[in-house]
Amino acid sequence: MPMTTSTERQRTAAHAGLLSCHSCSMVIRPRLPQDDGAVRCPRCGARLHLRKPHSIHRTWALVIAAIIFYFPANLLPITVTTYLGSAQRDTIVSGVLYFMHSGSWGIALIIFVASIVVPIAKLAILCGLLLSVQRQSHWRLKERSQLYRIIEIVGRWSMLDVFVVTVMVALVRLGYLSTIEAGPGVIYFAAVVVITMIAAMTFDPRLMWDALEADDE
Amino acid sequence: MKQSLIACHTCDLLHRVIPLPEKSTARCIRCGTLLYSHTPRSIERTLASALTGLVMIIIANVYPFLSLQSQGTILETNLITGAVILSEQSMAGLALLVLLTSMLLPCTLLAALVYVLWPLKCGYCLPARRRMFRLALALRPWSMTEVFLLGILVSVIKLAKLATIIPGAALFAFLVLVFALAAVNTFVNPHTIWEKIDRCQ
Repeated sequence: MPMTTSTERQRTAAHAGLLSCHSCSMVIRPRLPQDDGAVRCPRCGARLHLRKPHSIHRTWALVIAAIIFYFPANLLPITVTTYLGSAQRDTIVSGVLYFMHSGSWGIALIIFVASIVVPIAKLAILCGLLLSVQRQSHWRLKERSQLYRIIEIVGRWSMLDVFVVTVMVALVRLGYLSTIEAGPGVIYFAAVVVITMIAAMTFDPRLMWDALEADDE
Repeated sequence: MKQSLIACHTCDLLHRVIPLPEKSTARCIRCGTLLYSHTPRSIERTLASALTGLVMIIIANVYPFLSLQSQGTILETNLITGAVILSEQSMAGLALLVLLTSMLLPCTLLAALVYVLWPLKCGYCLPARRRMFRLALALRPWSMTEVFLLGILVSVIKLAKLATIIPGAALFAFLVLVFALAAVNTFVNPHTIWEKIDRCQ
């Protein structure tokens, strides 16, 4: 059962002159930087920042990189199947279509969601969140925070197709059956997944709520 | 004594930390993010799950993983065969990514947790325990064994019409590993473990 705790006069840590450690959640009154120019958490040793450094710029850069990589990821083949000398190239979309035609609707849906819906939704949502921060929007802060938490959690499931290719190349080799080789598309697709995961980590959701603070002053 | 405070990770609102009733969670009053929770016997249960996971990683690497039977020949594969073949197909980077997310990082995560929690439970302190626990928490999103398991399922369904797939002992060990990692994520309670680490001098 969820329970709420009493608040410290409804203030944010930043407003109270405190900062909280990203890594261990300790709330600290910042002191002078150490030798290497960074303020470090006395408990876990992580670098301390009031907000994640250059969050907006870094996240934009990663989102744009992921959008660029998304095109070769879908246009280039992810597997090349050789059977009796003839090669068949499959992309992510043709993999989904294969399962649809063979009647495995459940599997087709899982791959469609993991490989196509999640990456696109994630990039679109991150773009929307970044724009909302830059416009200092107050619109539906709670729902936007929930969206952020969802994309943070589901992003890793996009790795599904990369693992499918890995298992397929291991099982189908130089037999009577045929040979499957990984195509260049899978590299770009793996890059998209990893880059969007890092992009979700560099985005600081507290920047959305800082718009409220800026208004009060 | 200074009041114990916690700031919401999503909206930065300050909350006073109060003791929670058993099995309940504290959420931010403004945005609803989980702040901290009360997990009974968090250290023991996390430690038990982590040790189980480590044993399963060993078994999963020793025994055959999946075998493919087709027209009288049997092709046996291990857990890491896929990564090895990928690196032979000049995709070393991808092979490394698969190896990291499906085995090396989960293994590091579990080993780091055991390194931190076992001494903590016995009441003595090891050096670098703070760094190790920070590492374990940071590795959580990158350990993707459950996604790998789903990938195996999809591949097996894809191949089932063409050949017979025989599951090996390693596959079952891997299945247990997925559950052990899920248990670790459920039981690990960073809030109380950091407090314990702090008290251990």
